[in-house]
Amino acid sequence: MADSPKPALPKTPMSGADILVQCLINEGVDTMFAYPGGASMPLHQSLTKVGDKLRTILPRHEQGGGFMAHGYTRTTGKVSLCMATSGPGATNFVTILADAKMDSIPIIAITGQVGTKVIGTDAFQETPIVEVCRPVTKHHYLIHRTEDITRVVKEAFFLAVTGRPGPIIIDIPKDVQLREVIPDWDPPMNLPGYVAHREGTTDEYQRIIDEIRRAKKPLIYGGGGIIASDASAAIKEFAEKTGIPVALTVHGLGGFPNDHYLCLQMLGMHGTVYSNLAINDADLVLAFGVRFDDRVTGKLDEFIKHGRIVHIDIDPSELNKNKHAHVAVNSDLRLALEGVNKLLNDEKNADLVGGGRYTEWMRQIDEWRETEPLRYQDRDDAILPQYAIQRMAQILKKRNQIDDTIITTGVGQHQMWSAQYFPFTKPRTWITSGGLGTMGFGLPSAIGAKVAHPDKIVIDIDGDGSFLMNIQELACAHVEKVPVKILLLNNQHLGMVVQWEDRFHGSNRGHTYLGQGMDLDAYPDFGTIAKGFGVQSKTIINKEDFDAAINEMLDSKGPFLLNVMVPHQEHVLPMIPSGRTVKDIIKEPMTVPAAAK
Amino acid sequence: MRHVLSAVVQNQPGVLAQISGMLASRGFNIDSLAVGATEVPEMARMTFVVRGDDSELEQVRKQLGKVVTVVRVMDISSEDFVERDLMLIKVKSSAQQRVEISLMVEMFRARVVDITHDTLVIEVSGTEGKIEAFIELMRPYGIIELSRTGRIALVRGSLTEGPKA
Repeated sequence: MADSPKPALPKTPMSGADILVQCLINEGVDTMFAYPGGASMPLHQSLTKVGDKLRTILPRHEQGGGFMAHGYTRTTGKVSLCMATSGPGATNFVTILADAKMDSIPIIAITGQVGTKVIGTDAFQETPIVEVCRPVTKHHYLIHRTEDITRVVKEAFFLAVTGRPGPIIIDIPKDVQLREVIPDWDPPMNLPGYVAHREGTTDEYQRIIDEIRRAKKPLIYGGGGIIASDASAAIKEFAEKTGIPVALTVHGLGGFPNDHYLCLQMLGMHGTVYSNLAINDADLVLAFGVRFDDRVTGKLDEFIKHGRIVHIDIDPSELNKNKHAHVAVNSDLRLALEGVNKLLNDEKNADLVGGGRYTEWMRQIDEWRETEPLRYQDRDDAILPQYAIQRMAQILKKRNQIDDTIITTGVGQHQMWSAQYFPFTKPRTWITSGGLGTMGFGLPSAIGAKVAHPDKIVIDIDGDGSFLMNIQELACAHVEKVPVKILLLNNQHLGMVVQWEDRFHGSNRGHTYLGQGMDLDAYPDFGTIAKGFGVQSKTIINKEDFDAAINEMLDSKGPFLLNVMVPHQEHVLPMIPSGRTVKDIIKEPMTVPAAAK
Repeated sequence: MRHVLSAVVQNQPGVLAQISGMLASRGFNIDSLAVGATEVPEMARMTFVVRGDDSELEQVRKQLGKVVTVVRVMDISSEDFVERDLMLIKVKSSAQQRVEISLMVEMFRARVVDITHDTLVIEVSGTEGKIEAFIELMRPYGIIELSRTGRIALVRGSLTEGPKA
């Protein structure tokens, strides 16, 4: 993080609000996403004085602002901020904080609070937000004294990014914002028990080498830790040196190039057949920056039943939590991999590098890859969602823009298809709500990503259910001139739930149809909604219109909604049903009876 | 298996709420939890009695260690340690029974801290077993009410701190 403080900071009395805003500038914050209200007005007044250094973007819902911060932080790795007023403004942050906690995203939420004199009296718009948010944040502050602001902000930035990253909430009562004090710009932090740095030892790295030497069928199971610790170069070096193949979790995508020979793509519930067969068959699993989430493991007892496990993670509580590791290393992943790579350079480990060790294993994997590729049955009479994603990627490639594209998503089928069919070659280009699985994530996070990367193409691949959950942020995209693109895969259903209904509930629809009636027009009329928000849009249903529509979207100057009508009968495949094993993997599509609506 | 964990935490509002909330939401079984001041005003000590196997205990320790305001956590049941419960117990006691009860109070190195014509309040401290035994002895006289602290504990000798989990 930025070294504070900057020179010549005022030594005169300042209001708490001015102090807080100056602290943010000192920390290098250039953008914040803030929705005002009674208890945060002084802060907004302060923000108006520093508009040239710190841009304030006005979302249309606090949750939208929070997910914009997600988009900014997830694509840059830098802490970003969202702000709301007390009470309902603050409670609208609960979801975005829980999401950040699950996915280890370092954002800071600032909330206004009622005055210290009335805290605890059920005052207007009073919520004990710190009480509410304790379990969904890494840490939290309720500031009682204006003098504490500089220390709290310093600690918050430090806590957010060090160790396992995570969200911080700072609740600041209105009188604390208004009171004037002479600030101490560089106060000492008061974190006596906090361990910021985690690094393994050479002995531990040597044990990893020993495990590799014993293995005949090793596999890397890489996750979000690759992205969070900036380890993609180190993991590539490690994989290439040793020739060990790599399967990625949903948050690992982009951490290892998808077009690399050693890349087995995503594993887990909707991962490739071959990655799941490989992890089931491996005699050594190198679990790098992962947490053995149930969407990856399925039935825990059966997962990696025979293989040995090496687990590297920055969070000690993840080690041996769900699965016992034979070698557990508590370390920042990048530092650990660099340490292991260094050992691999040693002459006495020359047998492990240079390839040829796993010929038989790779032959087996290649055979699986050949016989069980990711596939879907394409149709000419409709635009299949898988086709839409795959084809858009091809067009981006043809336009030479794919390396400058960031994808965000909502949650559901379109999210999984994006993970499967969009080729991610670089970290921080794939932004999705993985752990919490928050619908409505796509549009606001795309806006945040675009604000951070004005030169990149940012596309929200969304579903009609998810998109509607934060559709109000079209206003933000329009007014703040943030030209995000939305590829809306509109199937008029909550597709993922429909898929589970089809597979496990006899296609009985439990409130998963979003339209107004099968004999009526698609609902809602997204074109008209977009128009109301001043956003350009196009709706297509025929496959032959697809390429032109994508090009029109990519050529457009402002935000653009491409509403693609897709059939709802498609299932995300392959699929390992919840709590099951690779032996139960579903590969074949099923025909939904026409009557089942 | 029963373990005694001792945690030194920053003495700030909300720390107890956070820790008890975390333990509850992760489904850990806590037999007792005691909180109090330490020799350093900015720090408080929490003592937990946790039931569970080694892996569960490891998780409790690590999850406690992750709480930013927790300074260190120690499984003191693996050390040579002293543990105490404190109990105040109010029993029915007629004038005739008083002597008999006083004898037991003496044998338990307990103390009578309040006395009326027909009741006694007795203070007992010690290990859980001793406290339980005293309760059983008082039962025939009629226990009116009792109040117990959770377990508190310290490692014997000069050892003062364990590694941060």
